[in-house]
Amino acid sequence: MHYLTDDEVRALEKRANEIRTSIIEMLVEAGSGHTAGPLDMADIFTLLYFEVLRHKPQDPYWKDRDRLILSNGHICPVLYATMAHAGYFPVEELLTLRKFGTRLQGHPHREALPGVETSSGPLGSGLSQAVGMALAERMENPYSSKYFYCIMGDGELNEGQIWEATMHAGKEKLHNLIAIIDRNDIQIDGYTKDVMPLEPLREKFEAFNWDVQEVDGHNIRSVNDALGKAQAVYGQPSLIIAHTIPSKGVDVFERDFRWHGNPPGLGPEDRVKKEDQAKTALMKLRTLNGQITTHDYF
Amino acid sequence: MAYTLASHINPNVFETSVEKVPNRNGYGEGLKEAGTRDERVVALSADLTASTKTNMFADAFPKRFVQVGIAEQSMASVASGMAAMGKIPFIASYAMFSPGRNWEQVRTTIAYNGANVKIVGAHAGVSVGPDGATHQAIEDIALMRVIPRMVVVAPCDVHEARKATLALAKYVGPAYMRLAREGTGVVTTAGTSFEIGKADIFLKRDVGHRTRVGIIATGVITYEALCAAKTLNEKGIGASLLHMATIKPLDKEAIDRYAEDHDMIVTVEEHQRAGGLGGAIAEYLSVHKPMRILRLGVDDQFGQSGTPDELLRHYGIDSNSIVREVVRYVG
Repeated sequence: MHYLTDDEVRALEKRANEIRTSIIEMLVEAGSGHTAGPLDMADIFTLLYFEVLRHKPQDPYWKDRDRLILSNGHICPVLYATMAHAGYFPVEELLTLRKFGTRLQGHPHREALPGVETSSGPLGSGLSQAVGMALAERMENPYSSKYFYCIMGDGELNEGQIWEATMHAGKEKLHNLIAIIDRNDIQIDGYTKDVMPLEPLREKFEAFNWDVQEVDGHNIRSVNDALGKAQAVYGQPSLIIAHTIPSKGVDVFERDFRWHGNPPGLGPEDRVKKEDQAKTALMKLRTLNGQITTHDYF
Repeated sequence: MAYTLASHINPNVFETSVEKVPNRNGYGEGLKEAGTRDERVVALSADLTASTKTNMFADAFPKRFVQVGIAEQSMASVASGMAAMGKIPFIASYAMFSPGRNWEQVRTTIAYNGANVKIVGAHAGVSVGPDGATHQAIEDIALMRVIPRMVVVAPCDVHEARKATLALAKYVGPAYMRLAREGTGVVTTAGTSFEIGKADIFLKRDVGHRTRVGIIATGVITYEALCAAKTLNEKGIGASLLHMATIKPLDKEAIDRYAEDHDMIVTVEEHQRAGGLGGAIAEYLSVHKPMRILRLGVDDQFGQSGTPDELLRHYGIDSNSIVREVVRYVG
């Protein structure tokens, strides 16, 4: 990794905004799917695919690639959109999301789309798979510089399997494993603090012998710095708790848990009527009214 | 005229002195052998390393052994991740926990991903004995058989378990192998051939008898079914025994031929009558050659504590019960 210049940060932010626009277009075309998580993870996915990951979009099975394991498969619109913008497949194909015969299954399928490292959707199993990959890599080559990035939702931490894998990764001291939690404080039924409180979250992972950092998940420079530190951790797996704002980028959808599982057109109507939701979201993103830039902060 | 025992069957199989060995021992030996042949083979355990006989591999290849703790769900997915990196993982636990508890992880992260993981369910069936119903997996064949792509194998003895382990290490794709706890009669020999997907006639009926009963069995209960077939022939009923070590994919050719040569089919398994071997045979024959099929197994009940012999008798799948049921069925 390297330190990002202001111009590079701005370019990534612009790219993240384009990816958000694609996400809205995909969801509207599909007529179903999740909105809040994909929008709030757009900055991190952009940073990973355009800056951090060692990968070759034209050669998705390249042996020496880093692996990105998406555990909370329901946020796949952001995975697909980022992959398309990064060159894995044509951006036009994004509009096939969730349609019969598509490679962009409603939840990701490893065999459907080259570059998708695992099938996911049933929550809680991604971290175990990342642990398995990281372990296998270490068996094969103890000096490997490959990294295994596992993206998880915060709601999915309710799953017991996550803690089985967390304990296991700590035991194995897997410093080639970097997990990122999308800490957006929502899940389908409500706010995480109401459904099943997670705090103190940082301390939980520290108690399992992980190195933990917390960042603003929309501050691309901060996340990049945190990933750099995570890569340098030795003898422990790393966790980055990325604090995000659900539906980030479309201010009228932001912070409302009811946008977790609905596409524009089927979301809550308090702020925007259903028929105007898609139009409003695209207008917000295209005019930056959703205020997604972060470079003013520094 | 008499029944014919296939030449590759242990000649002492009907002696009271027949050697009784747990077929999980064959897994332990086979896994170690597979590990020697192919360094991609790795073994995972969820705190049941000795009783699943994974310890033989773990002692020989400590760096290729992963102890996940009592966490069968994570074990399935860790194995999936290792397979994605080119390893050939064998995960072993008791069948009740793996693939019992971790069924969804097996389905999504192993089978749907096309991960080359072998799931080994030890201590299957009621013959686990004193541990009782919580530890007696009698639903596992059904659970695995319904998952697309999953190969399902239940070896009859220690030799076959060893050979099945070696065959599964070579086979590319998800597979389930069912093993038992108890020492059971050694039916085959070290030289008997084994191939995934091939059923094998162990005993051919006495062609002098008018009644033609085709028994089909899987797993260690094949020993009981074999003894039952012998007794039936001696009682004047022409009974054969087809051993189906592979329940999926079904050896359709063997079943076709067998069904032609018999007037009725009897399936025997240490499993619920629903959804297991009998279910698979009935599904196939109902379309291709509708005929009478008697399915022996546990009849929609849970197991309980007891000795293996007591339990097999109670649930009607020891050799005496099989004989009794067949005689009644033949009428």
